[in-house]
Amino acid sequence: MKTTNYRAINTFKSVALHSFLISVALSCLFPLIWMVRSSLMDPETIFTEKSLFPKAIRLVNYYNAWAEGNFGVYFLNSVLYTTAVVVGIVFISSLAAYAFSRLSFPGKNIFFYMFVGAMMIPLPGSFVPLYVLMSKLGLLNSRLGYILCMINVGLPLSILLLKTFFDKMPPDLEDAARIDGCGRLGIWWHVALPLARPALAVIVIFNSLNVWNEFILAMLLLNDKAKMPLQLGIMTFQGAHSVDYHLLMAGLTISSIPVILIYLAMQKHIIKGLASVGVVG
Amino acid sequence: MTDSFPKKLVFKDSLKNFLFAFPAIAIFCIFYIVPFIEVFRLSLMEWNGTFPPPEFIGADNFIEQAQDKLWWGSMVNAGFITIIALTFQNILAFALALACDREIKARRFYRVVFFIPPVLSEIVVGIIWQWILYSGMQGGEHIGLLNYLLAKTGLPHLVHNWLSDPKTALACISIVHCWKGFGWGFVLFLAGLQTIDKQLYEAAKVDGAGGWNVFRHITVPMMAPIIVVVMILTVLGSMQIFIVMIAMVGQGGLADYTSVPVLQILFSMNGAKRFGYACSQSIIFGLILICVSAFFKIISNRVKQA
Repeated sequence: MKTTNYRAINTFKSVALHSFLISVALSCLFPLIWMVRSSLMDPETIFTEKSLFPKAIRLVNYYNAWAEGNFGVYFLNSVLYTTAVVVGIVFISSLAAYAFSRLSFPGKNIFFYMFVGAMMIPLPGSFVPLYVLMSKLGLLNSRLGYILCMINVGLPLSILLLKTFFDKMPPDLEDAARIDGCGRLGIWWHVALPLARPALAVIVIFNSLNVWNEFILAMLLLNDKAKMPLQLGIMTFQGAHSVDYHLLMAGLTISSIPVILIYLAMQKHIIKGLASVGVVG
Repeated sequence: MTDSFPKKLVFKDSLKNFLFAFPAIAIFCIFYIVPFIEVFRLSLMEWNGTFPPPEFIGADNFIEQAQDKLWWGSMVNAGFITIIALTFQNILAFALALACDREIKARRFYRVVFFIPPVLSEIVVGIIWQWILYSGMQGGEHIGLLNYLLAKTGLPHLVHNWLSDPKTALACISIVHCWKGFGWGFVLFLAGLQTIDKQLYEAAKVDGAGGWNVFRHITVPMMAPIIVVVMILTVLGSMQIFIVMIAMVGQGGLADYTSVPVLQILFSMNGAKRFGYACSQSIIFGLILICVSAFFKIISNRVKQA
């Protein structure tokens, strides 16, 4: 008698637990489902029809958003910026982290603490002087200018993560490479970088997401439609076609699909990376 | 002669080493250090961003700021969002982490799903929710899903202009902000919970401790460092919220009831064309953020010692 009672209580507990978790999970997924379903609707009925599975499905919305809504250009720009910034960050931060960890030069510690300090001090309005600087350098509305700014944004954390990684690397491997005739650059390329693959994965994923989702610097620095990345393109589109919700939703979906795919493919790295970022922060 | 030769070698060696770090240092100095110094210089100037050149006005910007009601009002709005995030978002994140820190079915599924909102961009999140909260009507039907559902489920008195009514706009934005943010806290809390030695729980059970006591005397103290990290990240993230606002109520949302400090800085710069004032605002705001983070650090150290 008593055991069945316990069992009933346990079942009740587990049902309550799962209904709590499922309702939160649904609240995470539903807005996305709603976005995709709105992106497939007819502009005539999108404001009035409310079924989750609309009668007429219009895939042509995606073509219109891509071609006429200019989302194709925005998408390719985002791909370009993300690739350029991430490649830049990987090379520049790994060279610097290797130097901070293994090589010696005057002022090394000062420079390193400069990077650490930059992560600790919040400067919420830093875009104001940055904008002034970029206009003085003639880098307003320039792809290169935006890429350099975004590389700078990702550098401190990437250097810190890689330096902690290189510090733990066994020196024997480098000695062996040195005996084989490798120089500094050779050791960095053939020994340090391959070993740092787990840390590099975290850096690549986090910086990709960060650049892909970046909005404010793009808004301040780029005003030519041909150079805009997706997030800025979405806001520009919304400003110009405020009633074309079917195309806007298609644009949002175009912008979100790569992010969600990368996340689903790499979520182990992301969770692990988050834990290490949390410890650093 | 024999002395200077090795010296020269050492110098050459350090120079080569320095070249490894040079690209990073150069980019960082140009795009971080120079603007950082400029912020302080410009904060003492009155300047419209172009011509005439900056004019030195001493601390006038800071004095004006102290009396700027819009500015402090925006700080109160950000504070409101931060308090909602600190309580509602973090308690939800902690509860979910506790629920997932045990052998339950579909644990991985939940963990994957809860972190989807944080990887989306703020623009996307803002626009999706703006679409759901939309308050217009067409052909006798509500356009926004929320109002439609309220009307259909017999709650028509709750139908509302969610984002254009000052009373509800900020609350809606706070909730969307929490929706986007709780996944971060969840993942960090869960990582922390998983480092707690399960034997501690067993030992407590043997000693006859109930669920609440285990939570109060084992879980919370063991989690204290992570709780502090999450709280500091929440404060920094919520006080600096603004992109979600641009996406949900537009940049014209500068009407004081939904303005936040970063939007004010942006407006001082782009709207009012007062670059010096924007810089002084960003200095004061940065100082406030540092003070709040330091406050949490000190509290956590106190708790640790006690």
